[in-house]
Amino acid sequence: MERVKLDIWVGIFVALGIIAMFYMATRVGNLTSNDVKETYEVKAYFENIGGLKPRAAVKASGVVVGRIGSIVFDPEAFHAVVKINIDERYSFPTDTFANIYTAGLLGEQYLSLEAGGDEVNLKAGDLIVHTQDAVVLEKLISQFLYNSAGEDDDKDKD
Amino acid sequence: MNNILNFFEKLGASARSSLSGLGSCARLFFLTIIYSSDSFKRFNLTIKEIYFTGVLSLVIIIVSAFFVGMVLGLQGYYTLEKYGSSEAIGVLVALALVRELGPVVTALLFAGRAGTAITAEIGLMKTTEQLSAMEMMAVSPVARIVAPRFWAGMISMPILATIFSMVGILGGYFIAVLIIGVDDGAFWSQMQANVDFHNDIVDGAIKSIVFGFTCTLIALYQGLVAPPTAEGVSRATTKTVVISSLSVLGLDFVLTSFMFV
Amino acid sequence: MDENLISINKLSFGYGKELLHKDINMQFNRGKVSAIMGGSGCGKTTILRLIGGQLKPNSGNVNVDGKVVHEQGREGLRNIRRKMGMLFQHGALFTDLSVYENVAFPMREHTDLPENVIKDLVLLKLNAVGLRGAHKKMPAELSGGMARRVALARAISLDPDIIMYDEPFAGLDPISMAVICDLIRSLNDALGATSIIVTHDVAETFSFADYIYFLADGGVAAEGSPKQLLASKLPFVKQFIHSEKDGPVPFHAEAPSYQSDLAL
Repeated sequence: MERVKLDIWVGIFVALGIIAMFYMATRVGNLTSNDVKETYEVKAYFENIGGLKPRAAVKASGVVVGRIGSIVFDPEAFHAVVKINIDERYSFPTDTFANIYTAGLLGEQYLSLEAGGDEVNLKAGDLIVHTQDAVVLEKLISQFLYNSAGEDDDKDKD
Repeated sequence: MNNILNFFEKLGASARSSLSGLGSCARLFFLTIIYSSDSFKRFNLTIKEIYFTGVLSLVIIIVSAFFVGMVLGLQGYYTLEKYGSSEAIGVLVALALVRELGPVVTALLFAGRAGTAITAEIGLMKTTEQLSAMEMMAVSPVARIVAPRFWAGMISMPILATIFSMVGILGGYFIAVLIIGVDDGAFWSQMQANVDFHNDIVDGAIKSIVFGFTCTLIALYQGLVAPPTAEGVSRATTKTVVISSLSVLGLDFVLTSFMFV
Repeated sequence: MDENLISINKLSFGYGKELLHKDINMQFNRGKVSAIMGGSGCGKTTILRLIGGQLKPNSGNVNVDGKVVHEQGREGLRNIRRKMGMLFQHGALFTDLSVYENVAFPMREHTDLPENVIKDLVLLKLNAVGLRGAHKKMPAELSGGMARRVALARAISLDPDIIMYDEPFAGLDPISMAVICDLIRSLNDALGATSIIVTHDVAETFSFADYIYFLADGGVAAEGSPKQLLASKLPFVKQFIHSEKDGPVPFHAEAPSYQSDLAL
């Protein structure tokens, strides 16, 4: 076959590969939608992180504003230390609440930030004081059972 | 008693021969790397091989990818529907393709289509003394024949696997959204929320590069060591498919356990 | 200048443990056509491969133009091989390249000649073997004799000092055979090259070779000019030259006695 024709075909082939990769990155994957580049790091302590994992989403009002950096256990204070990378474009007051929620009933867990009213904003290295642990299903159920049992007792008294 | 001894003798011999085969393969790889600078200077040789291994494999890759995607869409839908989460069909199809089926099925098709062609071609060149003739002309067959095919395989394979995944997802979309009627927006948004570029797409691409390396090297090696007879070449071709397929599936398990834990 | 371009000294070689050649000595003179003859499977082609450095001798050496072939590194071997042209038994043309590209192949690999010079040279070489008109054809479209002539044109494309022919007459019709004979002689004289022919065709070889070696039982059984050999009284040479069935070369392969095979 002629060399020029060959070159054209191979060129088309490689271009198709690049298009496919681009398609995978933008349409299938989440490269552009969660484009978190420049970040600053703050930390938060939790008694129980549930199923939160590194690289999980950090959301404010449902919008992704950052990613979980690392999660370690502090053996002296006996709690989890979670490093949070927040997009530089967003700043939050120092009295912001950090809650661990679950996306849907069986979905992945993520960290939700709810802004407080303080004038001063969080800087890199700061600590988020107000945290709420992940909801552990077993605890919830046992609580529910205990409460309903209590209610039954109350009825008996009446 | 004699039978048992015989069995162990054969076992030992086959273990030894497969180990020495692995060693020779590694040697072939290093020789290829050494001679690659020669063949990069004349890249049109590699382009010609990309045409044969890559461009000519496009049709089989695209057609099978579309069917695989459609089957995934259909089967996934019936299973997910039982749990009331048929919107997750997009994630299922995309993850299955990007992580596993894209690289693995492409590698198997590649071994069957391009790998056998490489083995048969080199085996016949050896049989008809073309490799000897080249050597006597002070031209290294590794530089002229092996290296261009090796790089063509290494380049073609990731491209083919990416195209496979893309077409497969479109096949799943075709069935799930256009035929069955799953919500279009949910299909894509669930997919985008759960397919990670670094952890899924890049890891899938790494898999396909490893498979491309394995399949091409095995095909080249089998061609070079094929006995110079009609029977020898046909056996080498069969071996290429068998060994490549087993290596790909085995390596896939190893890579998966490294990547997605 | 040494009169012997190639000399083989006390060479022993075997593919396995059994030796194919034992202590062989040969000399190939400059500008001469020498032939190596012998029955099938006596290791004639192997000698060409040893000269070309594709095989390493078990002991002894092959000396080409003052250099020991098997002691050369990659670069040295390259330089020696660039002076050699080899015609393989079935031509060994590159089946994916046209006749023109086959002949141009060594030039493209080893020289930086511009395309128009290469074209002139290729057509010149093809003209020398009488196939200038077939330069656009693919090897599969050629007859056996034509393919071998193209291979010859390729072998001489870099004007080698040494041309080796591996069974140049095998499987050719008498006319093609005569053409090849003629070509070998005329190319040798025109290029001032040294030719080595491996063959078992007696009549053709005796008609134009300058010196002939007979190989048998792993050694040189006889050597000399065609005239000397025709006058030879050695039973092996007589049997070979006159193609007699009975003689020192047995018809049967070595085997246990017939009776024991039949379990008598």
